[in-house]
Amino acid sequence: MALRVEDLRVYYRTLAGDVKALDGVTFDVADGEIMGLAGESGCGKSTLAKSLIRLDGRMRHVGGKVVLDGKELPIWDDSAMNAFRFRDVSIVPQYAMSALNPIRKIGRMIHELLRARGVDARAAHQELERRLDLVGLDKGVLDLYPIELSGGMKQRVVMVISTLLDPSLLIADEITSALDVSTQRAVAETLVEFRDRGLVKSMIFVTHDIGVLYQVADTILVMYAGKLAEKAPAEEIVSNPRHPYTRLLVSSLPEVGVRYEQRQLSGIPGRPPHLLDPPTGCRFRDRCPLATARCAEEPPWVEEGGRGIACWEAKPAAAVAARVPVEAR
Amino acid sequence: MLRLDNVSKTYRVGSFGRSRLTAVRDVSFELREGEVFSLIGESGSGKSTIGRMILRLLQPTTGSITYGGADVASLHRGALKEYYRNVQGVFQDPFSSYNPIFKADRIFNMVHTEFFPEVSKDEWRHRLHDALESVSLNPEDVLHKYPHQLSGGQLQRLLIARALLLDIKYLVADEIISMLDASTRIDVLNLLADLKERGLGILFITHDLSLGNYISDTTVILRRGSIVEMGETAKVFGDPRHPYTQMLLASVPRLHAKWNGGAQTRDLPDPAEVPALIEIESGHLAAL
Repeated sequence: MALRVEDLRVYYRTLAGDVKALDGVTFDVADGEIMGLAGESGCGKSTLAKSLIRLDGRMRHVGGKVVLDGKELPIWDDSAMNAFRFRDVSIVPQYAMSALNPIRKIGRMIHELLRARGVDARAAHQELERRLDLVGLDKGVLDLYPIELSGGMKQRVVMVISTLLDPSLLIADEITSALDVSTQRAVAETLVEFRDRGLVKSMIFVTHDIGVLYQVADTILVMYAGKLAEKAPAEEIVSNPRHPYTRLLVSSLPEVGVRYEQRQLSGIPGRPPHLLDPPTGCRFRDRCPLATARCAEEPPWVEEGGRGIACWEAKPAAAVAARVPVEAR
Repeated sequence: MLRLDNVSKTYRVGSFGRSRLTAVRDVSFELREGEVFSLIGESGSGKSTIGRMILRLLQPTTGSITYGGADVASLHRGALKEYYRNVQGVFQDPFSSYNPIFKADRIFNMVHTEFFPEVSKDEWRHRLHDALESVSLNPEDVLHKYPHQLSGGQLQRLLIARALLLDIKYLVADEIISMLDASTRIDVLNLLADLKERGLGILFITHDLSLGNYISDTTVILRRGSIVEMGETAKVFGDPRHPYTQMLLASVPRLHAKWNGGAQTRDLPDPAEVPALIEIESGHLAAL
């Protein structure tokens, strides 16, 4: 088991009170697994991704633990985490375009970074060139300033840097969202290749775009309002979703081939609850078409047959497939 | 009818504007009422520049944009105001489109005093409620609120409602749903399709092929400022002829089919010399 997160709670401190962005989240990521993390904005997916590597000043670790390769990560302690960052857990940030030092040539910046981590930069240089080659960049980029690269190239440079020390866990936070479709595909496929070559052991891939997740992820974890809604293999989430939230999310996606005249899609009415004072019981209750009186109680997280779900009304997988056919096939 | 004839736009870039960048090359098309016309392209394809030229925020370097027979660039004062009563735009970032210290109703009152001073207050309130209704917003929910109190989807719909109050004929929608969540995105798209059925002409600018495919009647694929393929949406998406279009379609993350092959045509020749569009079949042109 590469990563085990148990009952993790991370709150944001604000003047009005604690915003409960992550409220008791438990899951595993296996060795070699790419886990996709999906949900609407404000559901806590970025908070989850960031909390595994760095809690910023506004975030407070309230409870729960994170174990990576048998060692507990001291995520509440910024300086103790330094021993783990980059070597054990690494991140490709959302705005990789602005993650590079604008006044350093890329090669020099990487050398400084390695030296700061106590790694012999000269010895690592050959590996660095090999990795650049892997993502389709010429080693000439090391002599360029970030401003001389395009967005997709910078994104790939950051991917190479983040994975240079072969971290056990790589967090990719919305890295494809700002890219064009063709670059998006190249970047996403490169990440899968990193995993296939064993440069990183496992990966958490955060994006709101389920289409991209389906392409790269082995399993998809859907979050809603700071809690887990459903986790299942990617194929199952897309073809046979069981949680009503997942179902609505997947059915609201327009696909190439779906035309307004032929089939009208619909969104999810309402918006996610504010997490300053989250509702009791099932947090999706107000927007859920299946909600009943029982939903006032919090649904337990039930795992069976490799998939987990938190919903009272979820039917066995087969029954759902029969009742609500997933269209667009 | 809104018509572009051989429109090109060259920006001066670099220090003191010494070098030039051609953002749009020789683009011609017609936009008709009751039609959704998609401009699809990656970043740097010139799609937003075209939208901004139509809204007269930029002047074309060569070529002309005509509305009802009159060159848009030559419009002044009354004629320009009349043009803006017919053609309006909505942009990508709903949070920066609003003045943060104006409440929503003030934005609508400005439309009232500026464009319809002769309409009485009661009549205006009526029209306002109708417009909000037609973008499926509840007036009580959104009026008297500041932009930061509303969601992105609500703000984009308010902007569309504002445009509708002017009784516009054409809407330039520049990436209006890229910043919205998947769950609200589709509602705004359905709204556009609904407005189209009521006779609005929409120029839908996007980088997302699946969104363009969902609502548009005609699709134009742009690459570095030139049209590489255009035609009826079903034909362009169903039978793409240009290698660039094929590459884009192969890169779209689909839900029930994994990526395989077909995306390695990135090294297409630079389109400095624009090949002429040739008609492949009726209503489907490609630059081959």
